[in-house]
Amino acid sequence: MKELILQIINGLQLGSIFALVALGYTMVYGIAKLINFAHGDILMVGAYVALASVPMLSSAGLPIWLAVVPAVVFCAVLGMVIEKVAYTPLRNSPRISNLITAIGVSLLLQNVVMTFIGANPQSFPKVFNVKPLNIFGIKINFSIIVTILVTGILTILLQLFLRKTKFGKAMRATSEDYGASKLVGINVNHTISMTFAIGSGLAAVGSILYLSAYPQLLPSMGSMMGIKAFVAAVLGGIGNIPGAVLGGLILGLVEALTKAYISSQLADAFVFGILIVVLLVKPTGILGENVKEKV
Amino acid sequence: MTNLKKNILKVLSTVLVLSFLVTGCVGNNDAEKSTGAGKDGASSSEEILIGGISPMTGENAIYGITATNGATLAFKEINEAGGILGKQVKFEILDDKGDNTEAVNAFNKLVSQDAVAIIGAVTSAPTEAVAQPAVDENMPLLTPTGTQFGLTKDRPNVFRVCYTDPFQGEILAQYTAENLKATKAAVLTNNSSDYSDGIAKAFVEKAKELGVDIVAEESYGKGDTDFRAQLTKIAAESPEVVVIPDYYKEIALISQQAKEVGIEATLIGGDGWDGVVEQLDESSYADVENSVFTNHYSLQDESEKVQNFIEAYKGEFNENPSSFAALGYDAAYLYKEAIEKAGSTDKQAIVDAMKEIDFEGVTGNLKFDENNNPVKSVSMIKIVNGEYTLDSVVAPK
Repeated sequence: MKELILQIINGLQLGSIFALVALGYTMVYGIAKLINFAHGDILMVGAYVALASVPMLSSAGLPIWLAVVPAVVFCAVLGMVIEKVAYTPLRNSPRISNLITAIGVSLLLQNVVMTFIGANPQSFPKVFNVKPLNIFGIKINFSIIVTILVTGILTILLQLFLRKTKFGKAMRATSEDYGASKLVGINVNHTISMTFAIGSGLAAVGSILYLSAYPQLLPSMGSMMGIKAFVAAVLGGIGNIPGAVLGGLILGLVEALTKAYISSQLADAFVFGILIVVLLVKPTGILGENVKEKV
Repeated sequence: MTNLKKNILKVLSTVLVLSFLVTGCVGNNDAEKSTGAGKDGASSSEEILIGGISPMTGENAIYGITATNGATLAFKEINEAGGILGKQVKFEILDDKGDNTEAVNAFNKLVSQDAVAIIGAVTSAPTEAVAQPAVDENMPLLTPTGTQFGLTKDRPNVFRVCYTDPFQGEILAQYTAENLKATKAAVLTNNSSDYSDGIAKAFVEKAKELGVDIVAEESYGKGDTDFRAQLTKIAAESPEVVVIPDYYKEIALISQQAKEVGIEATLIGGDGWDGVVEQLDESSYADVENSVFTNHYSLQDESEKVQNFIEAYKGEFNENPSSFAALGYDAAYLYKEAIEKAGSTDKQAIVDAMKEIDFEGVTGNLKFDENNNPVKSVSMIKIVNGEYTLDSVVAPK
């Protein structure tokens, strides 16, 4: 029983990071109708920015988790730049062009990092130097609690932002209909830029949480993470924010429990298998709405 | 509805294909590095050409670079002291990128250039790939660091300087039972690595023989970063020793997660652990404290030979030599002795001389057994405060 609880906690931590990255995927898809495969690599860039800012933070006597600030700022700007340079010129092109460009951006980011920083793995200091908490005899790491809390809080804030603010409403309107949004005076370019900034910022937050769980940096670290987060977004219903979180958590739990109780070799097979089943049974994802095609 | 389904399926299939492309591209750096290579391609009669096959780029580059650094240093010393049989040695390193096909290409290129012997490859899989062609050509092949058991078996001209994976596993079992006096051990292996598997299997077999219970056997796959599920299961069995045979990159992540899930056992492993401390941030040194691994030599060995080597290597490359560097260094001197003993650069003569050799190297005194595996003792390295310390030297039984 105790072991099962521990395994569920392991799964929730893994799942929360998937969820955070999936939030970015789902937002960008929901609003720009673009699957941004470079999203996982933005997480990777965020991790390297955090690593670069560690010496400054520690010499100023500040805690290491504050590296999240430069990482978020850098990634938000990077997200906007990528959108302007790589995606805006293709906005009226077929969707496949965007998809291929996204892969190009992903490879570009990885190779730039590899060239300038190197392909060797690098270590990251402990993000939270706090002893594990003891809850009813079960040791739980501080980083797990932070990861789950941060994911929860950011999801709620994001929902409020989209429902209550003018920008959020503009985003939702843009996602409904570009042309109509323009007609009512919404600056579509501005809105999409904003979407990329927020999505990439979320990936940067994800990078710190990722490093708190797996303190190792590699230029390729974003690849598998990005694919799993994408699966999480599709699983929950792409474009749907609570869906991304739900999808991420399910994925994390399935992965951890499969490793623990079935076979560690089969974990990825189960993860992707679930996706196939969901797509066959409910292709819009768990929380996705059926969108009626306009004729 | 069906349209959406189609689109998502389309996207997914694209993702799958592309994900392979993306991960496949990682670490492919095409820059082929070769040092000491002549443009003419053939070695003149004034020179002895010894080839090197080694990953100089890609994910195993750190092993390849240090191993060939060791050999390069040795050949430089040899040339400065007058060469072998009065001729200068040209050591030509070709990059295999850790890839089997590239290794075979490199091998063929060296054969066409009339190399008399080859040092390489560095990791086991490419070595396996060039071992059979080497037998067909009767080319002396000496891997400094390929530990997989089958590499030299029934291949009269294939040798190695390091010991084998199963040998390390047995030594670890012996250390567990006799030095640590443990009775409960667990094993966590990388099931996509022959290296990891070879050590683990031999450990389990020998440990049972010595009366150590194996309370858990868990595994993970290539590229995994999350090991908490398996480690949580191991923790539940509270073993005294956990054997984790893998390379330092995985060990860095596993050791940290092991402490997180509450494993208090001594973590032990093979020579792939070498470099793990450099892979950790100072704040994580506690996670590998008192861990022990088998290695080929120790920086703290006070013998003159070892200290001279360390001094020379530092002077040349400005860092401490890893055991890969020491094995590469020994490989070069092994060939020197063999060729001098043979009195010629004839391939068969070199192979025959190797069989007879009694070699005193940086990584210990070495003779070859009937399978061309070295018989030598093992340095057990213990990590204390982020430093590698020599714990003990275990002789095989």
